[in-house]
Amino acid sequence: MNAGKLLSYIILAIVVIAFVVSIALKGFLVTVGAFLTLFIFSFLYKDNPYYKFAEHLFVGASAAYWMSMGFWKTMVPNLFGKLYPPMVAWAVPALKNNPAQPLMLIPLVLGILLLMRLSSKAGWISRWALAFIVGTTAGLNLVRYLRSDFIQQINNTVFSLYVTNASGFDLGATISNVIIFGGVICGLIYFFFSKEHKGAFGAGARTGIIVLMITFGASFGYTVMARISLLVGRMQFLFGDWLGMIR
Amino acid sequence: MNIFEKMVGLDRRWVFLFLFVVVTGAYFFRNSFSVNVTTTREVRSIYDFVENLDPGSKILISFDYDPSSLAELHPMSRAILMQCFRKGVRVIGVTLSQYGAGMVEEAFRKFGSEADSLYNTHVEYGKDYCFIGYRPYPGFVILGMGENFRIFFPRDYYDTPLDDLPIMQGVRNYDDIEGVIAITSGTTADMWVIYGNARYNMPLALGVTGVMATDYYPYLGNAIFGLIGGWKGAAEYEKLIGEKDAATAGMPAQVAAHLTIVLFILIGNIGFLLSRRSKKTGN
Repeated sequence: MNAGKLLSYIILAIVVIAFVVSIALKGFLVTVGAFLTLFIFSFLYKDNPYYKFAEHLFVGASAAYWMSMGFWKTMVPNLFGKLYPPMVAWAVPALKNNPAQPLMLIPLVLGILLLMRLSSKAGWISRWALAFIVGTTAGLNLVRYLRSDFIQQINNTVFSLYVTNASGFDLGATISNVIIFGGVICGLIYFFFSKEHKGAFGAGARTGIIVLMITFGASFGYTVMARISLLVGRMQFLFGDWLGMIR
Repeated sequence: MNIFEKMVGLDRRWVFLFLFVVVTGAYFFRNSFSVNVTTTREVRSIYDFVENLDPGSKILISFDYDPSSLAELHPMSRAILMQCFRKGVRVIGVTLSQYGAGMVEEAFRKFGSEADSLYNTHVEYGKDYCFIGYRPYPGFVILGMGENFRIFFPRDYYDTPLDDLPIMQGVRNYDDIEGVIAITSGTTADMWVIYGNARYNMPLALGVTGVMATDYYPYLGNAIFGLIGGWKGAAEYEKLIGEKDAATAGMPAQVAAHLTIVLFILIGNIGFLLSRRSKKTGN
């Protein structure tokens, strides 16, 4: 037996002993949660079988949960419960008195057509269902996106560059508006490629890059905060709920 | 290899270890130093919105996140719910995340009983709050609730018909509530903006993860009236309601982590510049 193999057995023995002791002291669920957290953290050192185990367990459990939620929250109440309520009344008594809706045959057929993708010969039929999905979604999104991401955004950039309030000139709001207005204009100039970025236009484009860099920096700062929040959350669990070292 | 090259080629595992030690230390000794959290207008506007509602008013809170974002978003959920319970504002809860239902149900019960013990209230299910559960396809659910809550949610999470809940009496759609606060960790925030606000024009505020926050600032003032970004936003909200909880407790660790990362960025860049200079000079 080589040294590497011996070390893996020693680590496995330590993990098993710690797991059993922890179950006895802290209970099963907290112990499982704590060990899975440590297994995932172990990836920071390097890829290993403990990490793989936790990762696969997570993927499998998530997929199963998602499937069962999809069945009981979508298929049963929205399809079977409306198409022929007595079919699912044994499982969901609340649906028993619902009237049958034959129109639900349409989504049923579309759903079956979508599953035709699994067949190499009849796969083309699924395009009908896909066309319905794409058409509906595109139609819904077009108008709404135009309003929220285009018209409202333009509206938000059209404001006074000289702001006054009850006490007179508002320096802070004026500076804020000038920065927003200038930032938007310079950002747009940077993405305008039909004219060479030279002279005053080039200066605007370079300012646009600076604005973009500041935006990326702010995003990075927020991302660090988000990740540290998750780390602290896990630490609260490990040191608090599991080890009882912090309250 | 000179010291500058060593600085640039530092094994990332040392960075992880150092960061872990710093964050752990800062969290353990969080009571030894405090971080002054200043409140921002975007967070204050949500607080003011709830604070200015009359007792008995109804709002919809959508908890569109799952346990993977719990650590980051639960503090703001707690802060908003506590303010609502204290004020007597009634909350209709919903989740558009398939993994969120159990977590939200537990949160309502936990924060409800916390409010009872802290404010001497008697938060009651069905009267002060309700949880109508989860339905898939967020965009369609948001559109459906704009017509009638009962289209997608004929019954609540506990299988009680919505019409049997006192809180839902007289509530048909967004027109019958004061506004929506969506606490989300994914693209559902976009859907609230494009399907909820752009279609039905109801007052909308967002609570989002730190990663998402900068993406939603452009909507401030038009599509959304307030924005809570990550733990900093949650800590601001805790300060506004006068209760220091998880987000405030985590701020020293946040500051320590940010300073550590800035330090490593400086070390890496100084190392890079000096090693480049030493290569140019041939030393």
